[in-house]
Amino acid sequence: MASLDDLKKRIASVKSTQKITKAMKMVAAAKLRRAQEGAEKGRPYSEKMNNIILNLSNGISDKENAPKLLSGTGENKIHLCVVLTSDRGLCGGFNTNIIRKAKSYFQKILNEGKNLKIITVGTKGYDQLKRIYKNNIIERLSFKDSKIVNYIDAEKVSKIIINNFEKKEFDICTIFYNQFKNVITQIPQEQQIIPLKASDAEGSSSEDNYEFEPEEDEILSNLLPKNIATQIFKAMLENSASEQGSRMSAMDSATRNAGDMVDKLTIEYNRSRQAAITKELIEIISGAESL
Amino acid sequence: MSEEFKVEILNPEKSFLSRDDVTEIVIPAFEGEMGILKDHISIISFLKPGIIKIFFKSTQESYYVEDGIVEFKNNNLSILTSSIFNVKDMDKHKIEKILKKTEEDSNGSEISDQDKYLIDQKIDTLKSLN
Repeated sequence: MASLDDLKKRIASVKSTQKITKAMKMVAAAKLRRAQEGAEKGRPYSEKMNNIILNLSNGISDKENAPKLLSGTGENKIHLCVVLTSDRGLCGGFNTNIIRKAKSYFQKILNEGKNLKIITVGTKGYDQLKRIYKNNIIERLSFKDSKIVNYIDAEKVSKIIINNFEKKEFDICTIFYNQFKNVITQIPQEQQIIPLKASDAEGSSSEDNYEFEPEEDEILSNLLPKNIATQIFKAMLENSASEQGSRMSAMDSATRNAGDMVDKLTIEYNRSRQAAITKELIEIISGAESL
Repeated sequence: MSEEFKVEILNPEKSFLSRDDVTEIVIPAFEGEMGILKDHISIISFLKPGIIKIFFKSTQESYYVEDGIVEFKNNNLSILTSSIFNVKDMDKHKIEKILKKTEEDSNGSEISDQDKYLIDQKIDTLKSLN
């Protein structure tokens, strides 16, 4: 059995760990509220954008000459995957879940004999993917310095994607992120953004006949790059809410586990202290009796 | 009957402005300025850099935008934009900062004619504000 001093030290160390996890939980809870608000405020924009694109693509007459971003290159050889993860750890299964989802998709692509290219956003994703897919990663981004998720960062990502698309570097682009459902549940998502899937552009397609100025395809070719930025921004917002939610619940259970551990160690400490006292008493009594 | 309709301006981050007592709005559409009154036909268009003027019953507000999409339907006007400022908040210092950056952009080598047009529009607008 460990000595009394050792036990005392362990209790103190677990207690200080508990203090840290508790503080992290509080911070995550506060950040979560902000991230959730941000995600909610950003929703009308992306919904409206989806609606307009849907209306436009319905109105487009010449499907063959539709912008490439909408219809795709017509091939299916090179896949670009954008994996969005966090920059910080200690957030439970948050990053692992995205990576797992992404890896199974990568495997599927490679098994089909197609080319794979990866862009990682967030350092944790790069750290986990570099071991296996180092040669596939064409770009790694991190927005560690931005305090909050902002649209300018999303635009940077979308610019890189669009530049690569224009250079015909890939045919299909998919993004991976966590969708925020509630504090305990985050669902890893894969979403194809190029070419745009009609099913992804949900919303009420109205039968209204719009007047377009300028022509539909001109508006579309202006709008589609913006839509990519919007989709990525949405994914980043969802991701940041998920990250904080995941961290909060991870830190909550860590705090609870630390509490349990302190209780157990305290009982052990008290028992061995009592045992020591009893032993001393027995020694004194038997010493007195032998006189 | 009232002659008012609803205007909503949305940012990626938040809803920037939402008013339902607008009598007229003038937007810098890509092919020229466009005034919209109540019961306009449904329209989708996009913006070039310029000034959005919103008229209420007795007052008027102006906003500077760099880009955006406009949709008008059933007397609801939505503007989606990532860069919008109230003209009141644009002081000389800020205008000059944007102007300087824009001029640097225009000196970049690889810009298309369309970009050039947009940049020129931006410079003109900013100069008129100054």
